Amino acid sequence: MQSLISALEVRDQIAAGTITATAATTATLDRIKRLDKTLHAYNSTFEESALQQAAAIDQARSAGQPLGPLAGVPFALKDNLCTTFGTTTCSSKMLQNFRSPYNATVVNKLQAAGAVIVGKTNLDEFAMGSSTENSAFGVTRNPWNTQCVPGGSSGGSAAATAAGLCYASVGSDTGGSIRQPASLCGIVGLKPTYGLVSRYGLVAFASSLDQIGPMTRTVADAALVLNVIAGHDALDSTSWPDPVPDYLHDLDVPLREVRIGLPAEFETEGTSPQVAQAVKAAVDFYKSQGARIVPVELPHMRYGIAAYYVIAPAEASSNLARYDGVHYGHRTAAPQDLYDLYAASRAEGFGPEVQRRIMLGTYALSSGYYDAYYVRAQQVRQLIKQDFDAAFKKCDFILGPTSPTAAFEIGSKSGDPLQMYLCDVFTVTCNIAGIPGMSIPCGFSTDGLPIGLQILGPTFSEARMLRLARQYESHHDWHKRQPPIQ
Amino acid sequence: MANAPSNLLDEKQVRHVAKLARLKLTDADVPRFSQQISSILQYIAQLQQVNTTGFEAMSHPLPLTNVLRADEVKPSLPVQQVLQNAPSSEGPFFTVPQVLDATLGGG
Repeated sequence: MQSLISALEVRDQIAAGTITATAATTATLDRIKRLDKTLHAYNSTFEESALQQAAAIDQARSAGQPLGPLAGVPFALKDNLCTTFGTTTCSSKMLQNFRSPYNATVVNKLQAAGAVIVGKTNLDEFAMGSSTENSAFGVTRNPWNTQCVPGGSSGGSAAATAAGLCYASVGSDTGGSIRQPASLCGIVGLKPTYGLVSRYGLVAFASSLDQIGPMTRTVADAALVLNVIAGHDALDSTSWPDPVPDYLHDLDVPLREVRIGLPAEFETEGTSPQVAQAVKAAVDFYKSQGARIVPVELPHMRYGIAAYYVIAPAEASSNLARYDGVHYGHRTAAPQDLYDLYAASRAEGFGPEVQRRIMLGTYALSSGYYDAYYVRAQQVRQLIKQDFDAAFKKCDFILGPTSPTAAFEIGSKSGDPLQMYLCDVFTVTCNIAGIPGMSIPCGFSTDGLPIGLQILGPTFSEARMLRLARQYESHHDWHKRQPPIQ
Repeated sequence: MANAPSNLLDEKQVRHVAKLARLKLTDADVPRFSQQISSILQYIAQLQQVNTTGFEAMSHPLPLTNVLRADEVKPSLPVQQVLQNAPSSEGPFFTVPQVLDATLGGG
């Protein structure tokens, strides 16, 4: 079994001429052919255009032209990012044949950096879910145990990255959709501060919560990808205008006198003892490195899931109103009239979870209930944000579990929407407050399933957060373990 | 003052909300959605316990307001590209089933 190397390493090898971009891409495509029948991490692959992009990189290198920071790196995109090549399906029947007339800003940036796009990865339909079981095209399997889910909604990106079906990927995170699958698949996942990465061309789910971020096998790769995708974009009016730092700079320099906050609220009954133990060991590591551990309070965290399941469906019901069977997407075969065209096309095109959230959001926004549900949830959102503001006066970062449990078996939660929603109990408040959060591997369960450590920080603290994560990674080898599927 | 929500969505309400949301539910969908959404609403009801008096509703995480750009004409997508995903189109138009009663005539 060949050991998987990082995106940074393969990039450097290509730049040094040790291997060609074509060879790296061919090997990745071969691996996809061999393993993806089992995993189903990809909705689509681009063999021909990937090999063309790789050949162009090899040619540029032999001509002595400057190479981009991701030159020749086989890369995967979550299938809710618009691309002019292939389809952009959101794992929905609604968009099964949708071909975007434009690229998402992150896609343009990745391609300009030389990334070789090998395919687009599976997700819960329209990014709504925590297991990738809500995909209209079938579940993705966890490479550590194919009976288990990879997490979601960016489960395809997590599984592909963990199994070496790409060197790095980008996902989107609305309530945990990068961090939770990263945790369940044993990789690094970073949800940046709201506004750091342009959302232009990300198919909208809940616009005030959605954010695109890296999913990688190492912390340095997350910094490398963030360097490429972060920064202001005039095409996204919620994009933050300040310049961004070089996230690789000083990455290996440990933070000094860091204060780590441990909220009592993270100790919930639902957390498995093995997860709690792995997180505690990580905290002890930081303590041994000189970090000061401070107790902090997040008293409104317990209302996070409730507030999220008003705000996110409310925004989704509005965002998904555009799928009307007229402009693009699925259209019913024989509508009786215009109303029927809308209602039948939407009922046929959307799966059960998407319909459930549209219903919930429509109800929360409907006349007579708007104040009781939507306004109140937004007030609680304010309180959750103020909790974090107060906590980050006492500490630099907050540590805890990413997910209360390791990966669970396919089918074990899909019958009960509320149980599935509770998978995100530790991740949603980060989106609600707009702060950055990341998950890094911090151990394995006795069943051999990965466990993730979540780091939360104040807005725009990504550079320091990555250094904190790298400090842990450089003293542990969880990230070097490879899933049994080979 | 807002209605005090009952935190239950009965089958009649499910049909009403589905109509607002433009979703054509089957008869089997209705009781299932009623049960599932009611159980979610009962969970969400805990928001009513929070004292939110005096706290402003937060719609957005960043203090970005009135993001403006110069009002300049720029090229947009060609019509053909805009229509490339349309399930049905004619010339430069999206087509839909007839909306106006043909017997009313025109002109």
